[in-house]
Amino acid sequence: MTTVPALAIEDLRVEYPQADGGVLAAVDGVSLTIAPGEIHAVVGESGAGKTTVANALIGLIENPGRVAGGTMRIGGALLDPATGRGDGVQLGRDIGVIFQDPMTSLNPLFTIESQLTETMRFHLGLSQVEARARALELLKAVGIPEPERRLQSYPHQLSGGQRQRVVIAAALSCNPKLLVADEPTTALDVSIQAQILALIKDLARTRGLGVMLVTHNMGVVAETAHSVTVMLRGKAVEQGPVAQVLRDPQHSYTKALLAAVPRLDRKLTRFAVLTSEKSEAAHAARQAIAGKSPMERTPGDGPLLTVENLTVDYVTRGWLPGSKGRSMRAVDGVSFDIRAGEALGLVGESGCGKTTVASVIAGLVKPTSGRVLYAGETIVGEGAGRASRQASRQALQMIFQDPYASLNPRMRIGAILAEPVLFYRLAGSKAEAAEDAALLLEAVGLERQHAKRFPFAFSGGQRQRISIARALGARPRLLICDEPTSSLDVSVQAQILNLIKDLRDSTGLTLLLISHDLAVVRQMCDRVAVMQAGRIVEIEAGETLFETPRHPYTRELLSLVPRIDRIAIA
Amino acid sequence: MTKGVITATRLGALRRAMPPAYVTMAGLVAGALLLAALFAPQIAPTNPLDLRSFNLADSEIPPFWVEGGDARFLLGTDNQGRDMLSAILYGARVSIMIGGGAVFLAAAIGVSLGLLAGYLGGRIDAVIMRIGDIILSFPTILLALLVAGLARAVTPEAANPRYVPFVLIGAIAIHEWVQYARTVRAATMVEGAREYVKAARVIGLPSARIMFRHILPNVMSPVLVIATINLAQAVLTEATLSFLGVGMPPTYPSLGTLIRIGNEFVFSGIWWIALFPALALVILVLAVNVIGDWLRDRFNPKLRSRG
Repeated sequence: MTTVPALAIEDLRVEYPQADGGVLAAVDGVSLTIAPGEIHAVVGESGAGKTTVANALIGLIENPGRVAGGTMRIGGALLDPATGRGDGVQLGRDIGVIFQDPMTSLNPLFTIESQLTETMRFHLGLSQVEARARALELLKAVGIPEPERRLQSYPHQLSGGQRQRVVIAAALSCNPKLLVADEPTTALDVSIQAQILALIKDLARTRGLGVMLVTHNMGVVAETAHSVTVMLRGKAVEQGPVAQVLRDPQHSYTKALLAAVPRLDRKLTRFAVLTSEKSEAAHAARQAIAGKSPMERTPGDGPLLTVENLTVDYVTRGWLPGSKGRSMRAVDGVSFDIRAGEALGLVGESGCGKTTVASVIAGLVKPTSGRVLYAGETIVGEGAGRASRQASRQALQMIFQDPYASLNPRMRIGAILAEPVLFYRLAGSKAEAAEDAALLLEAVGLERQHAKRFPFAFSGGQRQRISIARALGARPRLLICDEPTSSLDVSVQAQILNLIKDLRDSTGLTLLLISHDLAVVRQMCDRVAVMQAGRIVEIEAGETLFETPRHPYTRELLSLVPRIDRIAIA
Repeated sequence: MTKGVITATRLGALRRAMPPAYVTMAGLVAGALLLAALFAPQIAPTNPLDLRSFNLADSEIPPFWVEGGDARFLLGTDNQGRDMLSAILYGARVSIMIGGGAVFLAAAIGVSLGLLAGYLGGRIDAVIMRIGDIILSFPTILLALLVAGLARAVTPEAANPRYVPFVLIGAIAIHEWVQYARTVRAATMVEGAREYVKAARVIGLPSARIMFRHILPNVMSPVLVIATINLAQAVLTEATLSFLGVGMPPTYPSLGTLIRIGNEFVFSGIWWIALFPALALVILVLAVNVIGDWLRDRFNPKLRSRG
């Protein structure tokens, strides 16, 4: 081919000096080329260096890091890594950038018009009138409804998806040769993700734009990109056309990464994981924990948990006396039940009310109306007795999404785990509680001596294991998991989900899994409820729902999830 | 690998935590003053509280390097023949004790009320914070004067030198707790929304335990910063009250009392009675303020890393 590539990176190396005098190569000898019109995905887990490659390209390597070697060419022109400029190339004009979070990548004090025209006036020397005309054109090109009116809007008046469109419009404003998109859809719901990805594909094709798409999502790679680079610890371990790499991976890491991705097309018994787990000790510990369970309240034939006609309004009071407050209905007449030993999945897009339902069951939020019954007794809502509420507290435990916020940073792991054990008098003495904490750590695949450490010494996946151990400490019957793995890497996600499966096998735990990820829910749950705008639109046995979805919204959601088995560009 | 990285970060953190030279200097000065005040009975040449130990014949002697000075009284004597050096050492002791006591009391009240307001919210929050707002609408000195005067009106015992320090501590703390309450309330609202607090609630722990065991340790760093800066303010407030005559009596002088006594003589050329206690006060307050400012910058939440 004789065409000049939009981007050619050769042997790029980015170093960070370490406190001990050595250097850490965050990017180590990475080479890649992107032809005009090509979408090249860079994938890997956190810490793999994929964002660092993008940052090197746009001159955003932060001190004390530096580009230590290699060359980067944009449309054939050499880029100086120190300034982000080169012979006839300029950041902002020849490289457009899209960041992850559309909520923060626009200046909230500028109108859309000034965000867009600023770059054009600066780089292209256009007048305000010319720039405005071009901004209008761009907004039309990225598919924003009513572009004339939107020019005068401020970012907060736009939805997340519209903002990301504006960010893309700004990136395109100076006709760049290359678009760098760093996790452009990670903060968005699937329906908006699908629109934004379609837009990026369309722009690459019609404008001959080279796109470097940094992502952790293999489904996005399959449905969007032409070629892919898989990164591991700063190195490119595998490179090639998407169809080839995804269908016939050569490197063991690529194989493991693909195997860890939860599949939406069929249910597997377990996730394939990279590392073998020390399962015997963990299994023994889990048996011991299950044996100690004092919560053997048999619910009889009825369901373990029943949610009846639950409605939650969030009311914001006006701050003038007498002014009317505004109320927002987050949950609107939701009813379902969970049988003992069952795993129920609750799925929906952000803002559909799924987390609010979980919070009501866990006793964190008071419902406006409706009831929650545990083993036939009302625990939330009208007629809830103090005694039954207290007893149900122990039986219903919850784990949360953010592993970095869910452990008290000032408490040792041992103290965190012993707290529920001591509180519910499941141990006679502090020594017994400490032994129980050690057992809990083993049950979640950690080591006894970890009890002495503070949370900061653990990775995200390890912290999520600790959160699970803390929840198990109270010996619950029902575990509520609110997006338990959505801030984890896929390989870690696979381990945590396997752990939850193992725990259910050995302790008979009942599970309520809240997630936006349909594939995770399919793998984990027996029954699935789909929520939209505060209501349950469909509740059905898992396999039935995924094979033959009835409600149009369920069908739409299922069709929008990027899947690794749907390779768009062969 | 992981272990090495952690050690390296700790070393780096230690290096960043080392204060600049002027802060170290301030720390040394404040430390020396504290020690001198603490061991005043051991190091002071005379006991200024013992009325029998001084002689009116020795009154108004200038510092030793001035003509007419006496080597027995390094910084001169006051109008009663009291050794100024001893009086300052004992006075600093009184000032620091009252200042420290007031800060401690204010912090204890403010942190507790702030936790309650921030965690429970609603009406309790509104009542506590409105009381705080009302108190803050009075100037510190005015309120302290009011409390000290009121105490004397209620019981004559309040003027007894033995009880005056407690009256002063109360008079100062009644104004200062609001700052702690506001800061702790805001921090508690932030921490209270975090998931470790939710997890504690799901376990079923009682509110008091969640507030004091889980949230309190995570909101303490700004409190320590305010406490340091407040210590300097409290010492100054005490000095002002004593200067105005509602504080420590001349027989049991604090730095403020000494300055008041000296103030009457400044225009008759006897400058040392006012100057030296004033210098001691300035140095003490300055040193503590420098440390407090540095601490505030160190714990600036904007500079603090996540997690």
